[in-house]
Amino acid sequence: MKLKELIEQLNLTVFEPGNNLDRTLSGGYASDLLSDVMGYAKHDMVWVTLQNHVNIIAVASLKDIAAIILVHGQEPARDVLDRAKEEGITLLGTESDTFRISADVYMSLNQHGTGSR
Amino acid sequence: MNFSYDIAGGDFVNAGQASSALKKILKSLNLDSSLIRRTVVSLYEAEVNVVAHAWSGNIQVNIQPDQICIVVSDKGPGINDINLAMQKGYSTASPEVREMGFGAGMGLPNIKDNSDVMELRSTPGEGTELKIVNKILS
Repeated sequence: MKLKELIEQLNLTVFEPGNNLDRTLSGGYASDLLSDVMGYAKHDMVWVTLQNHVNIIAVASLKDIAAIILVHGQEPARDVLDRAKEEGITLLGTESDTFRISADVYMSLNQHGTGSR
Repeated sequence: MNFSYDIAGGDFVNAGQASSALKKILKSLNLDSSLIRRTVVSLYEAEVNVVAHAWSGNIQVNIQPDQICIVVSDKGPGINDINLAMQKGYSTASPEVREMGFGAGMGLPNIKDNSDVMELRSTPGEGTELKIVNKILS
């Protein structure tokens, strides 16, 4: 499934489109521990988190994460948005909480035959 | 090719800048993307360790045709028990650092998992030196 299809299907807010909305997703990961994401998330996954500070952009960039989804209707902090732009990271948002949006991402990916991991 | 970078203790805003810079260099050398990811993940965790625990630090990267060698040395409190620090889940990070999603006791284990050689030496009260080597397979 492509990132732009997921955005459409789940009606996600696009704060920063990043440099590749056409990339094919490999799965999803939900965690607020950055080292957990560094250790276990895989490239081309979408990452669901409530962390809203510049270090999430570094983590996403270094791990080649496809997109970050901020939960609970949070707007990205100004410096987060600027850093996302600089690094070409797709930054998305949802009103849902982590559990619900993770379930939605999981269902969408499974419908498209993409595994959760 | 050599590359040097200074790190300031407590500077979370710039944590990851050296890793990002190294990633760009390694990409420009057309190295395998999995090798690049493993290397920059290791360096990022090392950077965050310096920012979270030490007063100042320095990164030296040496890229040779067959390997990438990174030495991260810091001035700081050092590590009293390296075996304990290597255990997943063990951390001495402050509550503020934990709130940001760091300090889960996964940094050093992540470095070990993402490097071919990892050497950690520390003098409590003075500082810590971490050496990471990743081999470039042709």
